Amino acid sequence: MLSVLRTDMPIENPDPAADQDYLKALMVEVATSRDKASFEILFDRFGPRIKGMMEKSGASSDLAEDLVQDVMLTVWRKAELYRPDKGAVSTWIYTVARNARIDRLRRLPAQPYIDVETLMVASEDESPEAEAIGSQQGDLVRSALEKLPSEQRQVVEMAFAEYKPHSEIARDLDLPIGTVKSRLRLAYRKLREELEDLG
Amino acid sequence: MTVHHHLDDASIMRYASGDFDEAFAVVVASHLAMCPEGREAVRAAESLGGAVLEASEGTPLSAGAFDRLSRMLDVEPEAPPPPEPVSGDVPLPLSRLIGDNLHDVPWRTIVPGMQRHRIDIASTTSSLYMLKVAPGKKMPEHGHGGAEMTLILEGSYSDVFGRFAAGDIADLDEHVEHEPIVDSDVDCICLIASEHPTRFKGLISRILQPFIGI
Repeated sequence: MLSVLRTDMPIENPDPAADQDYLKALMVEVATSRDKASFEILFDRFGPRIKGMMEKSGASSDLAEDLVQDVMLTVWRKAELYRPDKGAVSTWIYTVARNARIDRLRRLPAQPYIDVETLMVASEDESPEAEAIGSQQGDLVRSALEKLPSEQRQVVEMAFAEYKPHSEIARDLDLPIGTVKSRLRLAYRKLREELEDLG
Repeated sequence: MTVHHHLDDASIMRYASGDFDEAFAVVVASHLAMCPEGREAVRAAESLGGAVLEASEGTPLSAGAFDRLSRMLDVEPEAPPPPEPVSGDVPLPLSRLIGDNLHDVPWRTIVPGMQRHRIDIASTTSSLYMLKVAPGKKMPEHGHGGAEMTLILEGSYSDVFGRFAAGDIADLDEHVEHEPIVDSDVDCICLIASEHPTRFKGLISRILQPFIGI
Protein backbone atom coordinates (compact mmCIF):
# COMPACT_ATOMS: atom_id res chain seq x y z
CA MET A 1 0.00 0.00 0.00
CA LEU A 2 3.01 2.25 0.03
CA SER A 3 1.99 3.78 -3.25
CA VAL A 4 -0.94 5.56 -1.64
CA LEU A 5 1.24 7.06 1.06
CA ARG A 6 3.06 10.32 0.79
CA THR A 7 6.69 9.37 0.65
CA ASP A 8 8.18 12.79 0.14
CA MET A 9 8.88 13.50 3.79
CA PRO A 10 11.38 16.32 3.61
CA ILE A 11 14.79 15.96 5.09
CA GLU A 12 15.72 18.14 8.00
CA ASN A 13 18.56 20.56 7.65
CA PRO A 14 21.42 18.79 9.43
CA ASP A 15 22.31 22.02 11.24
CA PRO A 16 19.64 22.18 13.96
CA ALA A 17 19.86 25.95 14.48
CA ALA A 18 19.56 26.61 10.74
CA ASP A 19 16.67 24.17 10.59
CA GLN A 20 14.83 26.08 13.35
CA ASP A 21 15.38 29.36 11.52
CA TYR A 22 14.12 27.78 8.32
CA LEU A 23 10.89 26.64 10.00
CA LYS A 24 10.38 30.09 11.47
CA ALA A 25 10.90 31.73 8.10
CA LEU A 26 8.28 29.40 6.60
CA MET A 27 5.82 30.18 9.37
CA VAL A 28 6.35 33.91 8.92
CA GLU A 29 5.74 33.53 5.17
CA VAL A 30 2.47 31.77 5.94
CA ALA A 31 1.42 34.49 8.37
CA THR A 32 2.38 37.50 6.30
CA SER A 33 1.93 36.34 2.69
CA ARG A 34 -0.53 33.43 3.08
CA ASP A 35 2.05 31.44 1.16
CA LYS A 36 0.75 27.93 0.40
CA ALA A 37 4.09 26.56 -0.78
CA SER A 38 5.67 27.38 2.59
CA PHE A 39 2.65 25.94 4.34
CA GLU A 40 2.94 22.70 2.37
CA ILE A 41 6.53 22.28 3.56
CA LEU A 42 5.35 22.73 7.16
CA PHE A 43 2.53 20.29 6.50
CA ASP A 44 4.95 17.68 5.18
CA ARG A 45 7.22 18.17 8.15
CA PHE A 46 4.63 18.20 10.93
CA GLY A 47 1.56 16.40 9.49
CA PRO A 48 3.00 12.89 9.82
CA ARG A 49 4.37 13.69 13.27
CA ILE A 50 0.99 14.99 14.47
CA LYS A 51 -0.61 11.84 13.08
CA GLY A 52 1.90 9.71 14.98
CA MET A 53 1.29 11.68 18.17
CA MET A 54 -2.48 11.21 17.84
CA GLU A 55 -2.16 7.49 17.16
CA LYS A 56 0.11 7.05 20.15
CA SER A 57 -2.48 8.96 22.18
CA GLY A 58 -5.11 6.40 21.28
CA ALA A 59 -6.68 7.76 18.08
CA SER A 60 -7.50 5.41 15.21
CA SER A 61 -5.67 6.03 11.97
CA ASP A 62 -8.74 7.75 10.46
CA LEU A 63 -9.29 10.00 13.45
CA ALA A 64 -5.58 10.81 13.55
CA GLU A 65 -5.74 11.90 9.88
CA ASP A 66 -8.78 14.04 10.70
CA LEU A 67 -6.94 15.63 13.56
CA VAL A 68 -3.96 16.42 11.32
CA GLN A 69 -6.38 18.29 9.05
CA ASP A 70 -7.88 20.16 12.01
CA VAL A 71 -4.57 21.06 13.55
CA MET A 72 -2.92 22.20 10.34
CA LEU A 73 -6.00 24.21 9.36
CA THR A 74 -5.77 25.99 12.73
CA VAL A 75 -2.06 26.58 12.11
CA TRP A 76 -2.94 28.17 8.76
CA ARG A 77 -5.81 30.26 10.08
CA LYS A 78 -4.13 31.43 13.25
CA ALA A 79 -0.69 31.83 11.72
CA GLU A 80 -0.51 35.48 12.72
CA LEU A 81 -0.71 34.44 16.38
CA TYR A 82 2.62 32.66 16.04
CA ARG A 83 5.32 34.89 17.47
CA PRO A 84 8.81 33.94 16.22
CA ASP A 85 10.42 35.75 19.15
CA LYS A 86 8.45 33.71 21.67
CA GLY A 87 9.00 30.12 20.70
CA ALA A 88 10.00 27.48 18.21
CA VAL A 89 7.53 26.57 15.46
CA SER A 90 7.38 23.05 16.90
CA THR A 91 6.31 24.42 20.31
CA TRP A 92 3.47 26.33 18.77
CA ILE A 93 2.30 23.48 16.58
CA TYR A 94 2.59 21.16 19.56
CA THR A 95 0.24 23.38 21.61
CA VAL A 96 -2.31 23.50 18.77
CA ALA A 97 -2.13 19.70 18.51
CA ARG A 98 -2.35 19.31 22.28
CA ASN A 99 -5.49 21.45 22.37
CA ALA A 100 -7.06 19.35 19.61
CA ARG A 101 -6.15 16.25 21.58
CA ILE A 102 -7.87 17.61 24.71
CA ASP A 103 -10.92 18.57 22.71
CA ARG A 104 -11.29 15.55 20.43
CA LEU A 105 -9.71 12.66 22.33
CA ARG A 106 -10.62 13.61 25.91
CA ARG A 107 -13.70 15.61 24.99
CA LEU A 108 -12.80 18.28 27.48
CA PRO A 109 -12.86 22.03 26.88
CA ALA A 110 -9.55 23.37 25.59
CA GLN A 111 -10.70 26.94 26.24
CA PRO A 112 -8.64 27.44 29.45
CA TYR A 113 -5.51 26.52 27.48
CA ILE A 114 -6.48 28.78 24.60
CA ASP A 115 -7.08 31.67 27.01
CA VAL A 116 -3.61 31.30 28.48
CA GLU A 117 -2.08 31.28 24.99
CA THR A 118 -4.02 34.42 24.13
CA LEU A 119 -2.54 36.07 27.21
CA MET A 120 0.95 34.83 26.33
CA VAL A 121 0.72 36.37 22.89
CA ALA A 122 -0.59 39.63 24.32
CA SER A 123 1.93 40.00 27.13
CA GLU A 124 5.14 41.78 26.41
CA ASP A 125 7.05 40.92 29.56
CA GLU A 126 10.04 38.91 28.53
CA SER A 127 12.86 37.68 30.70
CA PRO A 128 16.21 36.75 29.16
CA GLU A 129 15.31 33.14 29.74
CA ALA A 130 12.05 33.48 27.84
CA GLU A 131 13.99 35.04 25.00
CA ALA A 132 16.33 32.09 25.02
CA ILE A 133 13.45 29.66 24.90
CA GLY A 134 11.92 31.71 22.18
CA SER A 135 14.42 32.87 19.69
CA GLN A 136 17.43 31.16 18.24
CA GLN A 137 17.64 28.32 20.74
CA GLY A 138 14.73 26.07 19.86
CA ASP A 139 17.35 23.52 18.89
CA LEU A 140 18.67 23.68 22.44
CA VAL A 141 15.47 22.23 23.84
CA ARG A 142 15.83 19.36 21.42
CA SER A 143 19.37 18.70 22.53
CA ALA A 144 18.32 19.02 26.20
CA LEU A 145 15.70 16.35 25.52
CA GLU A 146 18.29 14.11 23.91
CA LYS A 147 20.65 14.54 26.84
CA LEU A 148 18.11 13.42 29.44
CA PRO A 149 18.83 10.13 31.20
CA SER A 150 16.72 7.48 29.47
CA GLU A 151 14.43 6.93 32.48
CA GLN A 152 13.53 10.64 32.44
CA ARG A 153 13.15 10.84 28.70
CA GLN A 154 10.87 7.82 28.79
CA VAL A 155 8.37 9.46 31.17
CA VAL A 156 8.54 12.73 29.22
CA GLU A 157 7.69 10.88 26.01
CA MET A 158 4.91 8.92 27.64
CA ALA A 159 3.37 12.16 28.96
CA PHE A 160 3.78 14.31 25.85
CA ALA A 161 3.72 11.87 22.95
CA GLU A 162 1.43 9.17 24.33
CA TYR A 163 -0.76 11.48 26.40
CA LYS A 164 -0.64 9.22 29.41
CA PRO A 165 -1.77 10.49 32.78
CA HIS A 166 0.91 10.28 35.46
CA SER A 167 -1.07 7.52 37.18
CA GLU A 168 -1.09 5.42 34.00
CA ILE A 169 2.63 5.95 33.44
CA ALA A 170 3.17 4.70 36.98
CA ARG A 171 1.08 1.60 36.27
CA ASP A 172 2.76 0.87 32.95
CA LEU A 173 6.24 1.16 34.40
CA ASP A 174 5.31 -0.46 37.69
CA LEU A 175 6.57 2.54 39.64
CA PRO A 176 5.10 4.55 42.49
CA ILE A 177 3.44 7.70 41.17
CA GLY A 178 5.83 9.77 43.29
CA THR A 179 8.73 8.38 41.25
CA VAL A 180 7.04 9.30 37.98
CA LYS A 181 6.46 12.82 39.24
CA SER A 182 10.02 13.22 40.47
CA ARG A 183 11.40 12.04 37.12
CA LEU A 184 9.25 14.60 35.35
CA ARG A 185 10.41 17.30 37.78
CA LEU A 186 14.04 16.35 37.22
CA ALA A 187 13.63 16.43 33.44
CA TYR A 188 11.94 19.81 33.63
CA ARG A 189 14.58 21.28 35.92
CA LYS A 190 17.34 20.01 33.66
CA LEU A 191 15.74 21.85 30.76
CA ARG A 192 15.33 25.05 32.77
CA GLU A 193 19.00 24.89 33.80
CA GLU A 194 20.11 24.56 30.21
CA LEU A 195 17.96 27.48 29.19
CA GLU A 196 19.13 29.59 32.12
CA ASP A 197 22.73 29.06 31.08
CA LEU A 198 21.85 30.96 27.95
CA GLY A 199 19.85 33.71 29.60
CA MET B 1 0.73 41.56 41.72
CA THR B 2 3.67 39.52 42.89
CA VAL B 3 2.99 35.85 43.10
CA HIS B 4 4.92 33.96 45.76
CA HIS B 5 3.46 30.49 45.59
CA HIS B 6 3.70 28.70 42.28
CA LEU B 7 2.78 25.39 40.69
CA ASP B 8 4.73 22.27 41.46
CA ASP B 9 7.02 21.40 38.51
CA ALA B 10 5.18 18.10 38.03
CA SER B 11 1.94 20.09 37.65
CA ILE B 12 3.57 22.37 35.08
CA MET B 13 4.52 19.29 33.06
CA ARG B 14 1.05 17.89 33.50
CA TYR B 15 -0.61 21.07 32.30
CA ALA B 16 1.75 21.28 29.31
CA SER B 17 0.83 17.74 28.28
CA GLY B 18 -2.86 18.63 28.50
CA ASP B 19 -3.71 16.00 31.05
CA PHE B 20 -5.62 17.98 33.68
CA ASP B 21 -9.36 17.58 33.81
CA GLU B 22 -11.55 20.64 33.43
CA ALA B 23 -11.64 21.67 37.10
CA PHE B 24 -7.86 21.65 37.46
CA ALA B 25 -7.30 23.15 34.01
CA VAL B 26 -9.48 26.12 34.96
CA VAL B 27 -7.64 26.67 38.25
CA VAL B 28 -4.19 26.36 36.66
CA ALA B 29 -5.12 28.54 33.68
CA SER B 30 -6.58 31.19 36.03
CA HIS B 31 -3.36 31.18 38.05
CA LEU B 32 -1.34 31.53 34.83
CA ALA B 33 -3.51 34.46 33.79
CA MET B 34 -2.37 36.17 37.01
CA CYS B 35 1.28 35.07 36.92
CA PRO B 36 3.73 35.91 34.09
CA GLU B 37 6.40 33.73 35.69
CA GLY B 38 4.04 30.78 35.61
CA ARG B 39 3.29 31.37 31.92
CA GLU B 40 6.99 31.33 31.22
CA ALA B 41 7.38 28.10 33.18
CA VAL B 42 4.59 26.50 31.17
CA ARG B 43 6.08 27.68 27.91
CA ALA B 44 9.36 25.97 28.80
CA ALA B 45 7.49 22.71 29.43
CA GLU B 46 5.57 23.14 26.17
CA SER B 47 8.84 23.60 24.32
CA LEU B 48 9.72 20.13 25.57
CA GLY B 49 6.45 18.94 24.00
CA GLY B 50 7.54 20.61 20.76
CA ALA B 51 10.91 18.88 20.92
CA VAL B 52 9.24 15.51 21.51
CA LEU B 53 7.01 16.15 18.48
CA GLU B 54 9.99 17.13 16.33
CA ALA B 55 12.05 14.15 17.41
CA SER B 56 9.24 11.69 16.70
CA GLU B 57 9.19 9.47 13.63
CA GLY B 58 5.68 10.23 12.53
CA THR B 59 3.25 8.07 10.54
CA PRO B 60 2.97 8.65 6.78
CA LEU B 61 -0.23 10.44 5.77
CA SER B 62 -2.63 9.04 3.23
CA ALA B 63 -2.31 10.20 -0.37
CA GLY B 64 -3.95 13.50 -1.10
CA ALA B 65 -3.86 14.66 2.53
CA PHE B 66 -2.46 18.05 1.64
CA ASP B 67 -4.77 18.44 -1.36
CA ARG B 68 -7.77 17.84 0.89
CA LEU B 69 -6.55 20.48 3.27
CA SER B 70 -5.57 22.94 0.58
CA ARG B 71 -9.18 23.12 -0.56
CA MET B 72 -10.00 24.58 2.84
CA LEU B 73 -7.30 27.20 2.84
CA ASP B 74 -9.10 29.77 0.76
CA VAL B 75 -12.13 29.65 2.98
CA GLU B 76 -11.19 32.25 5.53
CA PRO B 77 -13.53 32.14 8.49
CA GLU B 78 -14.71 35.44 9.88
CA ALA B 79 -11.95 37.06 11.88
CA PRO B 80 -11.69 35.51 15.35
CA PRO B 81 -13.24 37.76 17.95
CA PRO B 82 -10.67 39.81 19.81
CA PRO B 83 -9.90 38.40 23.27
CA GLU B 84 -12.50 39.58 25.70
CA PRO B 85 -11.28 42.26 28.02
CA VAL B 86 -10.85 41.11 31.55
CA SER B 87 -12.74 43.48 33.72
CA GLY B 88 -12.59 43.43 37.47
CA ASP B 89 -10.32 40.93 39.14
CA VAL B 90 -11.56 37.81 37.46
CA PRO B 91 -8.96 36.03 35.34
CA LEU B 92 -10.07 35.29 31.78
CA PRO B 93 -10.44 31.49 32.06
CA LEU B 94 -12.65 31.90 35.13
CA SER B 95 -14.65 34.85 33.82
CA ARG B 96 -16.05 32.55 31.14
CA LEU B 97 -17.67 30.56 33.94
CA ILE B 98 -18.68 33.17 36.50
CA GLY B 99 -18.69 36.53 34.71
CA ASP B 100 -16.63 39.58 35.54
CA ASN B 101 -17.30 40.18 39.18
CA LEU B 102 -16.14 37.96 42.03
CA HIS B 103 -18.78 39.33 44.35
CA ASP B 104 -21.68 38.83 41.94
CA VAL B 105 -21.68 35.06 41.95
CA PRO B 106 -24.63 33.40 43.70
CA TRP B 107 -22.88 32.75 47.00
CA ARG B 108 -24.54 30.33 49.41
CA THR B 109 -23.77 30.47 53.08
CA ILE B 110 -22.69 27.07 54.34
CA VAL B 111 -21.67 28.04 57.87
CA PRO B 112 -21.45 31.52 59.37
CA GLY B 113 -18.49 33.33 57.82
CA MET B 114 -18.15 30.88 54.97
CA GLN B 115 -19.88 30.98 51.60
CA ARG B 116 -19.52 28.70 48.65
CA HIS B 117 -20.33 28.81 44.97
CA ARG B 118 -20.14 25.53 43.14
CA ILE B 119 -19.24 25.94 39.48
CA ASP B 120 -21.03 23.62 37.08
CA ILE B 121 -18.69 21.72 34.84
CA ALA B 122 -19.00 18.45 33.01
CA SER B 123 -16.06 16.93 34.86
CA THR B 124 -16.76 13.69 36.61
CA THR B 125 -13.48 13.28 38.44
CA SER B 126 -13.14 16.57 40.27
CA SER B 127 -15.23 19.40 41.55
CA LEU B 128 -14.67 23.11 41.03
CA TYR B 129 -15.93 25.66 43.50
CA MET B 130 -15.26 29.03 45.05
CA LEU B 131 -15.07 29.75 48.75
CA LYS B 132 -15.47 33.11 50.43
CA VAL B 133 -14.24 33.08 54.02
CA ALA B 134 -14.49 35.97 56.47
CA PRO B 135 -11.42 37.59 58.10
CA GLY B 136 -10.11 35.64 61.08
CA LYS B 137 -12.06 32.52 60.19
CA LYS B 138 -10.47 29.14 59.88
CA MET B 139 -11.14 26.92 56.97
CA PRO B 140 -12.16 23.49 58.28
CA GLU B 141 -9.18 21.31 59.08
CA HIS B 142 -8.86 18.65 56.47
CA GLY B 143 -6.59 16.08 54.99
CA HIS B 144 -6.94 15.75 51.27
CA GLY B 145 -8.67 12.78 49.74
CA GLY B 146 -6.87 13.51 46.50
CA ALA B 147 -4.99 16.27 44.77
CA GLU B 148 -6.31 19.74 45.41
CA MET B 149 -5.43 23.15 44.08
CA THR B 150 -6.44 26.43 45.61
CA LEU B 151 -5.97 29.74 43.82
CA ILE B 152 -6.38 32.91 45.87
CA LEU B 153 -8.40 35.50 44.00
CA GLU B 154 -8.80 38.14 46.69
CA GLY B 155 -7.72 38.60 50.31
CA SER B 156 -5.25 36.20 51.86
CA TYR B 157 -4.82 33.30 54.25
CA SER B 158 -1.95 31.76 56.13
CA ASP B 159 -1.15 28.19 56.97
CA VAL B 160 1.97 26.12 57.63
CA PHE B 161 3.14 26.80 54.07
CA GLY B 162 3.09 30.58 54.49
CA ARG B 163 0.88 33.43 53.44
CA PHE B 164 -1.21 33.07 50.30
CA ALA B 165 -2.49 36.22 48.56
CA ALA B 166 -4.09 37.02 45.21
CA GLY B 167 -2.49 35.04 42.40
CA ASP B 168 -0.85 32.51 44.72
CA ILE B 169 -1.65 28.87 44.18
CA ALA B 170 -1.53 26.10 46.77
CA ASP B 171 -0.70 22.99 44.77
CA LEU B 172 -1.04 20.23 47.35
CA ASP B 173 -0.88 16.50 47.07
CA GLU B 174 -3.10 14.08 48.89
CA HIS B 175 -0.93 13.65 51.95
CA VAL B 176 -1.00 17.24 53.05
CA GLU B 177 -2.96 18.48 56.01
CA HIS B 178 -3.32 22.16 56.63
CA GLU B 179 -5.47 24.65 58.42
CA PRO B 180 -5.64 27.97 56.62
CA ILE B 181 -6.74 31.05 58.58
CA VAL B 182 -7.91 34.13 56.73
CA ASP B 183 -5.57 36.98 57.68
CA SER B 184 -6.73 39.76 55.38
CA ASP B 185 -9.07 42.63 56.28
CA VAL B 186 -11.43 41.53 53.55
CA ASP B 187 -12.99 38.17 52.83
CA CYS B 188 -10.64 35.68 51.27
CA ILE B 189 -12.03 34.42 47.98
CA CYS B 190 -10.46 31.29 46.50
CA LEU B 191 -11.03 29.03 43.54
CA ILE B 192 -10.59 25.36 44.34
CA ALA B 193 -10.31 22.21 42.26
CA SER B 194 -10.59 19.06 44.27
CA GLU B 195 -10.04 15.55 43.03
CA HIS B 196 -12.26 13.82 45.53
CA PRO B 197 -14.54 15.09 48.22
CA THR B 198 -12.32 16.47 50.92
CA ARG B 199 -12.28 14.48 54.13
CA PHE B 200 -12.74 16.67 57.14
CA LYS B 201 -11.10 15.36 60.24
CA GLY B 202 -13.11 16.69 63.13
CA LEU B 203 -16.33 15.00 64.17
CA ILE B 204 -18.35 18.17 63.64
CA SER B 205 -16.82 18.60 60.22
CA ARG B 206 -17.55 14.99 59.34
CA ILE B 207 -21.15 15.43 60.33
CA LEU B 208 -21.36 18.67 58.39
CA GLN B 209 -19.65 17.41 55.28
CA PRO B 210 -22.67 15.85 53.58
CA PHE B 211 -24.49 19.15 54.00
CA ILE B 212 -21.82 21.60 53.03
CA GLY B 213 -20.48 19.29 50.39
CA ILE B 214 -16.86 20.36 50.18
